[in-house]
Amino acid sequence: MKIAVCIKQVPDTSVRVKIAADGKSIDTAGVEHVINPYDEYALEEAVRLKEQVAGSEITLVSLVPDKAQQIVLKALAIGADKAVHIKADNVPNDSLAVAKVLAEELKLGSFDLIFFGKKAVDYDNHQVGAIVAEILNLPCITGCTHYEYSGGKITAYREIEGGVEVYEVVPPVVFTQEKGPHEVRYPQLRELMAARKKPIATKQPNFSAPIMQTVELSYPPPRPAGKIVGKGAEAVPELVRLLREEAKVI
Amino acid sequence: MNSVLVFVEQRQGRIKQSSLEALSEGRRLAKKIGSTVSALVIGNQIDSLVNEISKFGPDSVILVQHDALANYSPDGYRDAFLEVVKQEQPKVILVAGTAMGKDIAPRIAAKIDAGLATDCLAIEITDDTMIATRPVFAGKVLQKLKIMSSTKIATLKPNTFRTEEVSTKAPSIKKITPQIDPSKWKVVLKGIQEPEVKKQDVSEASVIVSGGRGMKGPEGYKILEDLATALGGTVGASRAAVDAGWRAHAEQVGQTGKIVSPNLYIACGISGAVQHQVGMANSKVIVAINKDPEAPIFKFADYGIIGDLFEVIPALTREVKKLYGKE
Repeated sequence: MKIAVCIKQVPDTSVRVKIAADGKSIDTAGVEHVINPYDEYALEEAVRLKEQVAGSEITLVSLVPDKAQQIVLKALAIGADKAVHIKADNVPNDSLAVAKVLAEELKLGSFDLIFFGKKAVDYDNHQVGAIVAEILNLPCITGCTHYEYSGGKITAYREIEGGVEVYEVVPPVVFTQEKGPHEVRYPQLRELMAARKKPIATKQPNFSAPIMQTVELSYPPPRPAGKIVGKGAEAVPELVRLLREEAKVI
Repeated sequence: MNSVLVFVEQRQGRIKQSSLEALSEGRRLAKKIGSTVSALVIGNQIDSLVNEISKFGPDSVILVQHDALANYSPDGYRDAFLEVVKQEQPKVILVAGTAMGKDIAPRIAAKIDAGLATDCLAIEITDDTMIATRPVFAGKVLQKLKIMSSTKIATLKPNTFRTEEVSTKAPSIKKITPQIDPSKWKVVLKGIQEPEVKKQDVSEASVIVSGGRGMKGPEGYKILEDLATALGGTVGASRAAVDAGWRAHAEQVGQTGKIVSPNLYIACGISGAVQHQVGMANSKVIVAINKDPEAPIFKFADYGIIGDLFEVIPALTREVKKLYGKE
């Protein structure tokens, strides 16, 4: 199977996010970037399917800044075979414009499977994968945890409130990835070295006029400092009283 | 024309609470721009839902029914939804940010070249623009996002917008049999797996009792189940507990789990790493129970008890039962 995995970078999730002086963007100076966690889960699932179906090949498609090549290299080391690095220092925060650029690239590859993370943990837009599928007129299942391949069909598992939807689909298809049961493999030094020899094509994007625009970023109001009600089980009656009378939540 | 269209989600004939929140918000927005609000329901044999929906004051209820739409189908619901969008030409489309809503909204956006703001906390609207306030960077930052396309779509964060019952004239009812062809659908639903014991989802619960590494193992969660049952809530888990295999990912709260907004969140044996914090900081009231007085969770919890979980939680369960007169 020909498999594509779309990956992007996000600021390291454990660090503080600083709003830039313009009040509309994030100050990324000195911020470490990592592969978007959901894209990494998607890549892991893609590698598992590749291992099952002989002759499969994984192409990364990555719309990230020029200097983000280490993101692409790491993904190659996890198990992709080649990459298309679409270089953009300023990716508009407009899912439709981004999806159009990715769709343009993806349609060239006649892929059987196209994977996205269900969302990127920067702007949490949660829409690019499904929009790309609609542009390409491909079937799409969003928020899948894992897959089974058998006889040319793929069974995909999708978490919903209080259950799991089980879908069956014949490729070509677009999947967007939820965190699933499989941990992402950690590339070894040997794989990191080998990644440097894998082909990376570079391209320039053409973004359409945006229909969405950030007008302001702000910090949410901090939660006021709470109180320690007490120590151990003796504090429980007072806690219950506070929840009942002060907070009025029970 | 110019109206607000609200997708009212139902599964097995049960309407999602978050859809009623969206309908109430739709009515408020329609009032602001001097327009009307329609409720769109897709399914099969759903006539009986009109009564419940009518309480929230839509000007019309559009029922799209077909045998093949009894369960959610990404292809089928998209086609049925689009058919209504083409007829109604709404200016604003609101969808609850549920698993179904998050799936269908971008598909509609793509087909009509509309901007989509997801997980909105607030919406401001004028005659030609919509500005949505939404959490980004997992809630560490709030974004005001302006949508400039002629139709504007928003998914609303569950448990955020207030429902409002109104007494107004009965809505007009429009019944549609959609022009869909199930033989062309490529994604086929084989079934819906449900756990043997039905459990409220953390994304929809108003009380969550959540456990972390401090629970020491899967058996530790028994006391959390008991407390959750006493409070009419559900059990959640930190990433540490899920990664250790103690609990299912569906229960995970945090950056790579669910972002929740209950009335009451009780964090038990959870240290409060930033990745967990972003998942639950929108809770109205946070209680932390932890034996480590230095745990970061105490810095943003409203109420804290320092102590041994295995003593404090059973005591809390007893006290809650006493309060609710169950003992």
